Amino acid sequence: MHALAGLPTADALISAKPVDYLIIALYFVFVLGIGVMARRAVSDSIDFFLSGRSLPAWVTGLAFISANLGAVEIMGMSANGAELGISSVHYFWVGAIPAMLFLGVVMMPFYYGSKVRSVPEFMFRRFGTGAHLVNSISFAVAQLLIAGVNLYLLGSIVHALLGWPLWVALLVAAAIVLSYITLGGLSAAIYNEVLQFFVIVAALLPLTLIGLHRVGGYQGLKDKITEFATSAPASAGVPSAEQQLHSWPGQALSGFDSPFWSVVGIVFGLGFVLSFGYWTTNFVEVQRAMASNSMSAARKTPIIGSFAKMFVPFIVIIPGMVAAVLVKEIGELKAGGTPPGGASGEGVKYNDSLLLLMRDILPNGLLGVAIAGLLAAFMAGMAANISAFNTVFSYDLWQRYIRKDHSDDYYLHIGRLATVGATVVAIFTATIASSFSNVMDYLQSLFGFFNAPLFATFILGMFWKRMTATAGWVGLTAGTLSAVLVAFLSEDGFGSASLGVIPLSGQGAAFVAASAAFVVDIVLSVGVSLVTEPKSSAELRGLVYSETPREELVDPQERTMPWFRRTLPLAGISLGLVIVLNFLF
Amino acid sequence: MSDHHRLDAPDPDGTRGEKHTAGAFDIRNFIGALLGLYGLILLVMGIFGDQALQKTGGVNANLWAGIVLLLMSAFFFVWARIKPIVVPAHVEPVDDDPARPAPKRRPTGS
Repeated sequence: MHALAGLPTADALISAKPVDYLIIALYFVFVLGIGVMARRAVSDSIDFFLSGRSLPAWVTGLAFISANLGAVEIMGMSANGAELGISSVHYFWVGAIPAMLFLGVVMMPFYYGSKVRSVPEFMFRRFGTGAHLVNSISFAVAQLLIAGVNLYLLGSIVHALLGWPLWVALLVAAAIVLSYITLGGLSAAIYNEVLQFFVIVAALLPLTLIGLHRVGGYQGLKDKITEFATSAPASAGVPSAEQQLHSWPGQALSGFDSPFWSVVGIVFGLGFVLSFGYWTTNFVEVQRAMASNSMSAARKTPIIGSFAKMFVPFIVIIPGMVAAVLVKEIGELKAGGTPPGGASGEGVKYNDSLLLLMRDILPNGLLGVAIAGLLAAFMAGMAANISAFNTVFSYDLWQRYIRKDHSDDYYLHIGRLATVGATVVAIFTATIASSFSNVMDYLQSLFGFFNAPLFATFILGMFWKRMTATAGWVGLTAGTLSAVLVAFLSEDGFGSASLGVIPLSGQGAAFVAASAAFVVDIVLSVGVSLVTEPKSSAELRGLVYSETPREELVDPQERTMPWFRRTLPLAGISLGLVIVLNFLF
Repeated sequence: MSDHHRLDAPDPDGTRGEKHTAGAFDIRNFIGALLGLYGLILLVMGIFGDQALQKTGGVNANLWAGIVLLLMSAFFFVWARIKPIVVPAHVEPVDDDPARPAPKRRPTGS
């Protein structure tokens, strides 16, 4: 477009007016206000790190979703929607909901009931020092790197939207996240996540509805996509209208030619290994549930979250699909062209779909809400990483291995220092990310499949009392290493550092790496367990299914609640709804 | 905190619950207030501002979004009013755990 071409630095992608700035400023006033208010409520380290275990399920449930609804999710999924169409919903309906329900129904009783303060601490109880160290260190490092990626994305969006220089945007964004977390700890992070959720919806829902109105409703969108797919040049590789408008078998997404293997790949690769690993063992998510006020609320956290999660694709993927037929540049890109401009200034990318759609269809006013929503989403991601990092750092590393017997005030203080330190490191990793953004993308997906061995170790450890401490750390280490090895041997698992010995790339490589990690972990854990000494039954109470009395795994209060507030019926409804959605689309 | 009189023993009579106010400021009021302000701004924009009808396809988007946001805002205020947060009278301390190092509560006199 006219003003955008060839002006990569100071020119803003979107022309915001004073009213838009007012709306954005209001949002930041509220974010900091929540930090200040939460500050008054923080009296000890449990308050700071676990919100005093006092939050109701709907708050933790929405925070559970918000913590994940970051830059990668919103930009990435709308980009997928623009490029591939509706099959991107699998990341939500197959790749998240079943695992979230499993977390709530099966695994949460162990996490919440054992009163651990973090996922690594559960590891410590079950398997002792070795597995605990591996888990806490890899988690802490991963969070710092991912916080950096989130911060970089946040900074680059501010840069693109408002025209601020990247380093100013980075510092301002980091300062805001830092101030509300150091002030209010996890409560501030969680409360802000809930607020962010509503701002994000207020931003994306009008965008979706106006976009659909412009193309003539969902039917109009279908017609336009069909028309586009048939008229696009074959060289552009546009997926057929059939594939763009139906979620199954999803070949465009999986990259497999055979519809059968595509379904298998999506169900087992995305739906089982990758998603269960991520949702059930990632402390960023589990921490939100641990902050809830009862076992029942903890179990309902991911389940309530699943209801919100199920409808997120409608306000993320559909705008992407609309952008592909409505926004001139995205259309050109999809037809194989290389339109100039975009957020990076180096040409339009699919990641710009949402921003360009906002530019084209939102009036000033709503535009401000939309920008505030995007900023909210990106801060949510980073704040979640940092608040999970400071818990693991303070409790699992500092308190357990470095300075043991100090007062609670001391650890609270360490937690605040860790937050400052993490933010500084995140600024540093963000600047690395700005020069190697591809590598950081890969790193992030790599950490995604580090969760696969973790899930294998957890699930085996929770249901097999024979599994030993040695098996815990051996399985975890070997599983992680085998994922790294596969990624290294694939074509692009580590970007250009990969050797390309195995002919796999993209999602396929991630899937095989995660599966390898899972299988190696299970096999080694079973093998090592059979030749080493298991823990006694008494030590495993509350940690292993067969050694825990059933009544410790459920909330006694729950029996008195009406059916629609109980864990299992809610999980059933959620599962039913997802199945219906899969049939509809 | 000076009102905090407990040693590092678990709190027998639940005074931790008394002073425990982490849930006492209600996020619903924050959500209601922010959405309400947004609703007002959009409503004003919808009535007096540039409606940008060629962008939205003929819909006064600011006006409608403003109305919906105001309704949402009212919903959160009413909900917070009808079912206020009850600060738990007793929160089970999670600190008395032999598997962890360290005294978990701040010692007296600090």
